This record gives sequence, structure tokens and C-alpha cells, in this order.
Amino acid sequence: MAEAAAVAAAQARAARSVLGQVVLPGEELLLPEQEDLEGPGGAGERPLRLNAGPRSRVRVVCGPGLRRCGDRLLVTKCGRLRHKEPGGGGGGGGGGGGGGGVYWVDSQQKRYVPVKGDHVIGIVTAKSGDIFKVDIGGSEPASLSYLAFEGATKRNRPNVQVGDLIYGQFVVANKDMEPEMVCIDSCGRANGMGVIGQDGLLFKVTLGLIRKLLAPDCEILQEIGKLYPLEIVFGMNGRIWVKAKTIQQTLILANILEACEHMTTDQRKEIFSRLAES
Amino acid sequence: MQRGLDSETKKQLEEEEKKIISDEHWYLDLPELKEKESFIIEEQSFLLCEDLLYGRMSFKGFNPEVEKLMLQMNAKNKTEEIEDETLELDVSDEEMARRYETLVGTVGKKFAKKRDRNKYEEDDNGHIKPFKAKKMFLKPQD
Repeated sequence: MAEAAAVAAAQARAARSVLGQVVLPGEELLLPEQEDLEGPGGAGERPLRLNAGPRSRVRVVCGPGLRRCGDRLLVTKCGRLRHKEPGGGGGGGGGGGGGGGVYWVDSQQKRYVPVKGDHVIGIVTAKSGDIFKVDIGGSEPASLSYLAFEGATKRNRPNVQVGDLIYGQFVVANKDMEPEMVCIDSCGRANGMGVIGQDGLLFKVTLGLIRKLLAPDCEILQEIGKLYPLEIVFGMNGRIWVKAKTIQQTLILANILEACEHMTTDQRKEIFSRLAES
Repeated sequence: MQRGLDSETKKQLEEEEKKIISDEHWYLDLPELKEKESFIIEEQSFLLCEDLLYGRMSFKGFNPEVEKLMLQMNAKNKTEEIEDETLELDVSDEEMARRYETLVGTVGKKFAKKRDRNKYEEDDNGHIKPFKAKKMFLKPQD
């Protein structure tokens, strides 16, 4: 009983000190500015601030796995805490969060929850009137209007059948409404979205693996690209579609991608070298 | 006979009307709540957190359109590196300057009045001579 009380009364930790460590749901994290205010004790001299404290705060973005709880961050998923500095953190990437940075929890899961702006692979399950019902692996199928394709008009309908694979992005995705997806961007161009071609193989992996493979410095993809001509499409809902010249090559590719999640770097290199020889 | 009401009574009536209307308005009898400006924005998307590459990829020329797309989309994400190639000019700067020199004269000639046309005399080489100063009336020094 005493331990439970102790755990419940655990001090909120500073977010900065926990970066890269495992956090559990229910923990509260202090942002850097608050750290100073609620620092050790309150006794002792404090330098006079000319500008009032709260007004000089910067905007912080809390990403997936975190929620706002008053002035603190509340962890909702278990995983490692990550942070990205604004404006050029991580080697020249586009600015993260504009002032204050982004915090998020790097967690692992298989179930996809639709998020606005994500590119996903969906399977057309039904065609009803003007919309297609697309299964994206979430709790309900997303709707896709037939006008949401490049060059589609009321007379010129897109050639989409039940069972086709679609690569599109979400425009509406929240817990209160049915998700809606489209296959064009805001300018009306397809940008690679739309029906995915014939043949190939679709398989499912965990969401964390997709993010790992799509990271800018992913070695796995670079090595795969050297093997033989192939095409891959990654959906953020955990689905990958691959296509190569022969069925055997396609299957090898699928097996590698599924297995590379649990392999160490050495094992992976060994497998690739064996493949390159054969 | 006095038609209508006095200005005084009119004012009184207006005031009374206003009072009735404002009494009908509802308001919350609560103390003023200070709206706290939240400095934390919630986002559920991973796009903001990690720079992810574009999802469609093709290697070794399997699908040329997708390879073109890959270059396009990935260049959009990262800050574009300014390429060092300077634009190749069809006409060099010097030649451009020479042509311009002659052009100014000939086009200007078109719009000049008859009296001014003799200013555009040409040299032996075909270059326009520099303008001579216009002859103005000189006041005699006393």
C-alpha cells in the first residue's frame, strides 16, 4: 500500500532529463521553463526578472503519445521520449515545431489510427454511389470520393474496381468522424497517389518499422535498392506493397522487410551478402 | 395643434425603450475568467516529428515515373541545395552590351523629331556619336 502511494505521488520529472529513456503512461513531464520555476526549493535568492516569467514561454508541440495536462505533458503511450529542436534539428531537416521544439513518444504498435495528412495504402471494399469505401486497417473504412482523383470529372470517372489498391492521404481523420481520404494534393495534382498498378504483393508490418524504413538515413533501403530492380510503396498504416520482375524476387523482398525488424545489423549484412552472391 | 411629441418626451420614450431592451439581454453573473493562453500544441501526426521520406519508391529504373517523383518529393522536404551551375547564357555579356549600344541609337532615332535626328549621326564604324550639347542662348556678360 505504501509503495502504491509512493508511486502515485511521484514527482513530475523534467522532460529534458528523460530524453531517450523509456516513459510509461501516466507520467507527467515538466517543460524546461517550468523546471526553473519549480526548481530546488524556493529558498535562496533569485535574480529579479525584468519581464514576467509566464509571458516569455515558447510554443512547444506535443506529438503522438503525449497530451497536454495543464502546463505539463502527460504521457499516454509507453516508449522512448524523443525531442526535436526547432529550425534545423537533425541535420538540415525542415524546422520542427517553430520555437520550443517537438516532443513525442517513440512507441510500437500494429493497429493504425487514422491521422490527417498521412499517406496510406487502402483496399477498395465497396462502391456505393459517388464514393468508394476503402479499408485502411483502422476501426472503420474510409470514404473516398470518385472526384478526388487527378483529372476526374462527373463524366470522366476514374477506373477503380473493388479490390484495387489505392495510395492516398487523409483529409479528415479524427475520433468523431468517419475518415475521408483523397488521391490528390491541395493543388489538384496526383503526386504519385491513386490506384497502385497490377501485380506485386501487399503485406502488413508494424507501424514502427515503417517509420524506421522511411527515415532519411535508412541503410536497409539503400541496400535493398542495390539488389535488383524493384518498386515499393509504404503506407503509414503498416502496409507495404512490393513488386519486382519475378515472383521469387518479390517474395524474397517481402521476407526481408518483414524480418529486418528483429535482426541486428550484422545479421542483416550477412543476409544481404548471401543474396548478392546468389 | 401639436402633432407628434415634444423632443423631450421623445427622448424619454427612447430611453425607456432602450432600458427595456437591455434588461431583456441575458448575461452571466460570473467573475471574469482569465483565459489561459496555452503554450502547448497537440499534434497527432508523425510528419512533424520525423522527416520521413516519400512513401513511393522505385530502384534501378523499375518505374521511371516514380523515380522522378522520388527526386521531386524528397527535394521538397529538405532545404534545396542551391546548385553551383551558373545558368549558361546564350549570348555573352559583352556582346549584349555591344548590341545594346547600337540599339539605343536606332530606336531612339525613330521617336526623335526631325530637328533632333541629325544628332544621331553615325561614325565611320557605324557607332552612334555621343550627343553634342544643345546650343542654348548665352546671356552676354555685361
